[in-house]
Amino acid sequence: MSERAKMTLKLKIWRQENARSKGRMTDYTLSGVSPDMSFLEMLDLLNEQLISQDKDPVSFDHDCREGICGMCSLVINGQAHGPEALTTTCQLHMRKFKSGDTLFIEPFRAKAFPVLKDLMVDRAAFDEIIAAGGFIDIATGSAPDANAIPVSKINADLAMDAAACIGCGACVASCKNASAMLFVSAKVAHLSHLPQGQVEADKRILSMVAKMDALGFGNCTNEAECQAVCPKGISISNIARLNRQYLRAALLSEESESMDCLEEGSH
Amino acid sequence: MSDRSLDGRVPFGDIRQIWDRHRFSMNLVNPSNRRKYKVIVVGTGLAGGSAAATLAEQGYKVASFCIQDSPRRAHSIAAQGGINATKNYPNDGDSVWRLFYDTVKGGDFRSREANVYRLAQVSNNIIDQCAAQGVPFAREYGGTLSNRSFGGAQVSRTFYARGQTGQQLLLGAYSAMMKEVSKGHITVYTRRELVELVMIHGRARGIITRNIITGELEKYSADAVLLCTGGYGNTYFLSTNAMTSNGSAAWKAYKKGAYFANPCYTQIHPTCIPVHGENQSKLTLMSESLRNDGRVWVPKARNDRRLAIDIAEHERDYFLEEKYPAFGNLVPRDVASRNAKGVVDDQRGVGETGLSVFLDFRDTIKRDGKEAVGQKYGNLFEMYNRITDEDPYSRPMRIYPAVHYTMGGLWVDYNLMTSIPGLFALGECNFSDHGSNRLGASALMQGLADGYFIIPYTLGNYFAAEHPHEDIIDVEHEAFHEAMQSAKDRFSELLNIGGSRSVDTFHKALGQSMWEYVGMARNEAGLKKAIEEIVDLRTQFWKDLKVTGTDVGVNIELEKANRVADFLELGELMARDALERKESCGGHFREESQTEQHEAQRDDTNFSHVAAWEFKGVDAVPERHIEDLIFEHVRLTQRSYK
Repeated sequence: MSERAKMTLKLKIWRQENARSKGRMTDYTLSGVSPDMSFLEMLDLLNEQLISQDKDPVSFDHDCREGICGMCSLVINGQAHGPEALTTTCQLHMRKFKSGDTLFIEPFRAKAFPVLKDLMVDRAAFDEIIAAGGFIDIATGSAPDANAIPVSKINADLAMDAAACIGCGACVASCKNASAMLFVSAKVAHLSHLPQGQVEADKRILSMVAKMDALGFGNCTNEAECQAVCPKGISISNIARLNRQYLRAALLSEESESMDCLEEGSH
Repeated sequence: MSDRSLDGRVPFGDIRQIWDRHRFSMNLVNPSNRRKYKVIVVGTGLAGGSAAATLAEQGYKVASFCIQDSPRRAHSIAAQGGINATKNYPNDGDSVWRLFYDTVKGGDFRSREANVYRLAQVSNNIIDQCAAQGVPFAREYGGTLSNRSFGGAQVSRTFYARGQTGQQLLLGAYSAMMKEVSKGHITVYTRRELVELVMIHGRARGIITRNIITGELEKYSADAVLLCTGGYGNTYFLSTNAMTSNGSAAWKAYKKGAYFANPCYTQIHPTCIPVHGENQSKLTLMSESLRNDGRVWVPKARNDRRLAIDIAEHERDYFLEEKYPAFGNLVPRDVASRNAKGVVDDQRGVGETGLSVFLDFRDTIKRDGKEAVGQKYGNLFEMYNRITDEDPYSRPMRIYPAVHYTMGGLWVDYNLMTSIPGLFALGECNFSDHGSNRLGASALMQGLADGYFIIPYTLGNYFAAEHPHEDIIDVEHEAFHEAMQSAKDRFSELLNIGGSRSVDTFHKALGQSMWEYVGMARNEAGLKKAIEEIVDLRTQFWKDLKVTGTDVGVNIELEKANRVADFLELGELMARDALERKESCGGHFREESQTEQHEAQRDDTNFSHVAAWEFKGVDAVPERHIEDLIFEHVRLTQRSYK
């Protein structure tokens, strides 16, 4: 077994009983942390210690622990998913810290993401945004042969870049306005880079943005923090693209309200 | 002691026409009547997500349940490699028949022929559907879909979306679900866990769930229940499954009378990142495409802990290339895993723990250059480096097998119905079409086949033929109260043991027994020992477990305790099944049944069957039922990779 030096850390963790109660930062000292542990395994170790002392373990969201499900979160020393670029909390390893370090561990904070307990937050708002139009309306069985819809490699790659979003919400948590624009623009870009997504493009964009606003997410003021913390490297160029498409969709929708003949007139 | 009467209800006829004719002979529900039927779908992975979306499109009222905070997070999302289909776009000789044949052979002749044929038949529809949903599959410059060969297949039939195929297919199914949510056809219940199945008049009519946030138990009724809750690989504690992946939903069904088929069939994947220490919580898989260019080796000498660079060529044992000159490093998953275990057991493992073997790219880098290797495997090298802090460009990777997938599961008939009327199992949750060994890129195919293209027909047939909704019930029925009470009692029992050990200590101990005796190689003495250890551990669990907190609000320890209590029973059944199956087949290797060259030896005379277990009480011996497997279209052969 590893003889590499085990670390001792000072942890300051947000503890909150439930959505209605007031939370507070609580101090812990944790020793025996191996540099090979993941950040969440470090929290597992803390929880084992708390249980042995008959204390309530720290609740946090996690599932796949391979950086793809988007369930893990945490703001670590002020950064969503911690200090390592392009890395989710579950893939952050303790070798990135030093023995004696103090770590501040807090939940993602946003009006639209209420804290449920300790470090767990409610991100159901993201599902609502997708339900507002983040899909292509095609029923099972009605698809043509897959090669009947050619997609240029460039567009397929651009669609994939945007579709890589894991819906973790770090973009919202890091934005001073708690805007969900990176999330929304990634889904819009994914679908609008593909011919399949064109039919509902305008409706999708208007409806998703309206839903985002209604759910209490803030406006985008081009801070680019979202891009900096995104563990999947989703680019803010998607936001610029969304703004252009939104404008077009909004104008067309006004026209269609007055003319009511958009179908024939579209080009 | 075995009852041989179990019938998979496969219709008679030419295998090529069975599904087509069956679709014609099945009863239909009139579109305007569908809204009268309520369907519960538990799980939102590829099987559950695709089933919920499609049934809702057809007009049924769907209630969908998931354990995560969103349906988009189910563990199908972690699948990397791809999804098979018989499109034959590359014009390289693929066909429905070939995919059928490869899958039956790859499963070591322990799957149901007609099911596998149907799977191959609908595989193309899946690709069409997913492409139309906007799944960003890899493309050629001309705009057509790109294919690759995967897992040693001789044709290029695997479709993929970078290294995130599972993620993209799941997001496709999720988006189809959310489309139906927006229309009011699906109600999604997140952060819920099934804790009881409710049976009324011999049929599945509802579920009791625990709300993970409030701790409340909730009742839901329906005309049919679909379990799409994945596999039970986490019985081993360490696996490539997600942390909340568990066997509890299937286990509750088993305890209510659904048969559990072939529980001993587990897939142990050879290319995983090795265990780093005792605080490890899960294992990470790396795509087996690495074996296309990486060379697997260990030192010839025992306990040789020198760095790879200091070990001369003549001191290295390239054990797969030596033993299997024809396939070399590309032997199937079970063979590669067993051989890695062999050299580690011989004390020739590498790394600090000695529990790993080298996967070396030195020669490929020399031949093709660092850049070319980076283009092919860069993202995998990066992932490896992130986790281990070692650079695979300058020193060999270290790999070791890990539990990855369970081929066993709830027994289902041709219509995907379990032995409980009205209870269906889809995807990895059922005992499936993979026999005793699943081929790469086939899990995604099966989950989506079940959900998009099979259950929508067979469930309608059940409704139209059986009219379960005419037996009008609601959640006030006494069966719901009883199930609720039983769940309540269980949670208060778990909370009130008042012992001294945490849930994880029990789960880790169970994992050790399972890995040691019900892992890559099994024998009679070991399996008997496993059963003994597990029964003993279970007794300890119910005496000495410590769960902090209460049943109100979030209680992560209580959640885990409930799942581990089930794993402690399921593990015993896995060992029992392995003990009874005295042959080796696929992922199940019985040391007593091997060829002279130490390869797996099937026993078709005595074991060409599905073993389906019937619950008889927690501490009673379950009954083993048999469904005979008849092979009319493929010839049974001994797998050989020499």
